[in-house]
Amino acid sequence: MSSDHDHHHHHDHDHSELSETELRVRALESILTEKGYVDPAALDVLIETYETKVGPRNGARVVARAWTDPDYRERLLKDGTSAVAELDYVGRQGEHLVVVENTPDLHNMVVCTLCSCYPWPVLGLPPVWYKSAPYRSKAVKDPRGVLKDFGFELPPGTKIRVWDSTAEIRYLVLPMRPAGTEGWSEERLADLVTRDSMIGTGLPKRPHEVA
Amino acid sequence: MDGAHDMGGVPWSGPVRPEPNEPVFHAEWERRAFALTLAMATVGRWNIDMSRFARENRPPEDYLSKSYYEIWLAGIERLMGERGLVAADEIAAGRVLHPVKNVDKILKRDDVAAVLRRGGPTERETTRPALFAAGDRVRAKNIHPATHTRLPQYVRGHVGHIERVLGCHVFPDSNSRGAGEDPQWLYTVTFAGADLWPDVPDPALTVSVDAWEPYLERA
Repeated sequence: MSSDHDHHHHHDHDHSELSETELRVRALESILTEKGYVDPAALDVLIETYETKVGPRNGARVVARAWTDPDYRERLLKDGTSAVAELDYVGRQGEHLVVVENTPDLHNMVVCTLCSCYPWPVLGLPPVWYKSAPYRSKAVKDPRGVLKDFGFELPPGTKIRVWDSTAEIRYLVLPMRPAGTEGWSEERLADLVTRDSMIGTGLPKRPHEVA
Repeated sequence: MDGAHDMGGVPWSGPVRPEPNEPVFHAEWERRAFALTLAMATVGRWNIDMSRFARENRPPEDYLSKSYYEIWLAGIERLMGERGLVAADEIAAGRVLHPVKNVDKILKRDDVAAVLRRGGPTERETTRPALFAAGDRVRAKNIHPATHTRLPQYVRGHVGHIERVLGCHVFPDSNSRGAGEDPQWLYTVTFAGADLWPDVPDPALTVSVDAWEPYLERA
């Protein structure tokens, strides 16, 4: 799939393709609006929702709460859907959530090899790399190779578990709380939680990175 | 169906390329294609399994040459065409050429938040007991249906164990064909990476998929 938006190599190609597609989408929207099938204001709300309201900040709050509240962490690992709903993150592409926890011995990574399944209410829409052929093909066979592409390595003794979202269950990784954050508030901790750390292709930031 | 969308384990040259500070959308048309796709599902009343099949059921060279939202666009164009909502000649001409078809409902601005909140839960009540329990050894059947399925090729024929029983869920293989939800028990099945690929770089790797009961047999 030519969706990795490699502007270094395919810029001109992408650009010409883009304008042709742009015209097609415009034509389609005007036909659908004229036919009365589409309320253009509804389209604006859909876009605004996923550009400004629903994104990885939601997931970061879930993780930070699990880091500070042992009872919440237990509920989250037992029934992800209802524990996440406690923070009012619910709905489309998050109807059934399972949260998997990283430990010093175990690292989890989430992929959808068949399409792009991703827990929207807690992470928003997936990044291009998550939907790309290299990630979808490599994550299940060579997750350590994927981690190298993201610029880090795990100790050889850490076991890796990959979760392929082939049904309507959506997975969220609960990363390990970074050292040196004793006594931090939930809000401060949430700033350490990156999107990639909740997919399993990254780690949370360390305290000095947000100082 | 076997197709280019089923990418797990397929040798692919080139690294994963994360994009620093990636925007949610990369062009205005992506925004509109995304929103049109969500909005038209209300009008056309197709389900998510039909949407996936409409995107994936195309020749590999077509699937692989399209960007992500180009595939979404091709998917709704097909679904709308099949239902007589918008014809290919209208999209080519860029204007309305055929009479408007009556539809029950469209997605209005004020309904968006509620529709997103509701989502589309797939778990269903059942009185039928689950065939498998956690710990059971199962083999993923070596099936190659011409129609939609969610059993990835890289696990077919391989033995794993039931990790978790996930409840009874709408069965995509049926739902995608308009043949009803036919809910089936769904399981997380865990495979050893070394069983899936003799040349796996990390022999300790495990991979889990979520598989419906009809995909599995006792091993």
